[in-house]
Amino acid sequence: MRNPLSKTVVNIKPSGIRKFFDIVSEMEDVISLGVGEPDFDTPWHVRKEGMDSLEKGRTFYTSNSGLMELRQEICNYLKRKQNVEYNPRKQVIITVGGSEAIDIGIRAMCDPGDEVLIPQPSYVSYEPCAILAGAKPVAINLKAENEFRLTAAELEEHITDKTKVLILPFPNNPTGAIMERKDLEAIAEVIIKHDLFVMSDEIYAELTYKDKHVSIVEIPGMYERTVLINGFSKAYAMTGWRLGYACGPQEIIEQMTKIHQFAIMCAPTTSQYAAVKALRDGDDDIAEMRTAYNQRRRFLMHAFKEMGLECFEPYGAFYVFPCIKEFGITSDEFATRFLEAEKVAVVPGNAFGDSGEGFLRISYAYSLENLKIAMERMKRFVEKLREEMK
Amino acid sequence: MREELLTIIEKNSRINTKELAVILGVEEVDIVNELAKMEAEGIICGYHTMINWEKTTKEKVSALIEVRVTPQRGQGFDNIAERIYKYPEVNSVYLISGGYDLLVTLEGKSLKDISMFVSEKLATLDSVLSTATHFILKKYKDHGTILARKVEDERELFTS
Repeated sequence: MRNPLSKTVVNIKPSGIRKFFDIVSEMEDVISLGVGEPDFDTPWHVRKEGMDSLEKGRTFYTSNSGLMELRQEICNYLKRKQNVEYNPRKQVIITVGGSEAIDIGIRAMCDPGDEVLIPQPSYVSYEPCAILAGAKPVAINLKAENEFRLTAAELEEHITDKTKVLILPFPNNPTGAIMERKDLEAIAEVIIKHDLFVMSDEIYAELTYKDKHVSIVEIPGMYERTVLINGFSKAYAMTGWRLGYACGPQEIIEQMTKIHQFAIMCAPTTSQYAAVKALRDGDDDIAEMRTAYNQRRRFLMHAFKEMGLECFEPYGAFYVFPCIKEFGITSDEFATRFLEAEKVAVVPGNAFGDSGEGFLRISYAYSLENLKIAMERMKRFVEKLREEMK
Repeated sequence: MREELLTIIEKNSRINTKELAVILGVEEVDIVNELAKMEAEGIICGYHTMINWEKTTKEKVSALIEVRVTPQRGQGFDNIAERIYKYPEVNSVYLISGGYDLLVTLEGKSLKDISMFVSEKLATLDSVLSTATHFILKKYKDHGTILARKVEDERELFTS
């Protein structure tokens, strides 16, 4: 029999988190700080709206681009938050999570051989999506001393005549880094100079703890060369609803819609009705969750300081990214030993790219009570490691 | 900071001032001052403990009593409310809109205890027109805390 598999797919590395699943499934009483989703339930009024839509029998396909009502609300939202205007008929597509938007966005923009710049550490799907589109992923290794922001010099260094798209994943998973207006202005200058495009993954836009989130589409000259991706998972605690969206220049959205139409048809109808409600009445829910995350963020930063662990202060998403280089072991080793010794699960930083080596991703989408126990265990573990090194 | 502080201690009155300072990103002395101020202003009225008495051996019966009363000239409901809340067995007294006037919650050792209170102390007050007593059979959730079952984290242990 012939080999039934595609070489391209077989050659894609599986996610680095996988092996920890196997260890954890054998253990009891594990405290996991390993998830990338909110610990809150979807706000009740949003869930109710989903149920109502089912009761009314709204169970058909929507248009390929998504419910017009929802696209309109998304445009209202972006006008309200980012002060940018999109045409709901031509510049918005509703997708199955932000992840689908990433996939079809790269496919719509890249031909084989085109290079996609991916600042890392970052979310695990950009690289495989680029490969599946036939494009070549090019990692930009971000540095802790820049608080894991992307600098214009780093960007410039990686541009070739094949470079087409820059992925801009801020606020960032796993580092919690943000890009402020001045940082974005510097990037925009390089993008325009080299005639590139940007795919800005702003799924954590609502979760910033310094100033309000700034999108690169707000920087002059960038609106026409940016696909903005966002969704409902993180801001409204709606991960399981699988709903995201992309906004951008009409010609790009049109081609994305073409792929979406053939591969997906449309995003889940129930989720779309619920999302309309979330955008209309969900601002208070977001504020409440953000306040809780911020308290936990401060708690963790303080805990690291007390145990003498190096960590830059992250102002976005719900992750902290402490450095463990002082112990002279890899992130993988640290995470495995920590799990075995103290039953606390964290994700090794290198799961998000080589430049994450020497760091850990710790999620604070957990109650303060849980975090408190986890940090007591971490302190004990870190002290033991230091003792061993003497 | 005030509202955020209140929201936290409403759920956890045992959290200490040092922890509060950390999670709110302020100095401990600010927390101490703010708490003292709110106690003086009567915003913070006490620090109570949420107890699921059902899990203890102590017998306790609670009831909600709807009370219809005749308001008094110049006093409205305040006078009669005061007469009622001064009984130590009364837990709370609320003035309510709708079909009746006062909602009284009460704790006693037994059904008989509560019936005696209603028939002898409450119903005999001059301005009380009628009462309707509802005994609480089971508490599922109280003060925002679910008592009926343990809340479990249903998420996967790792997601990217």
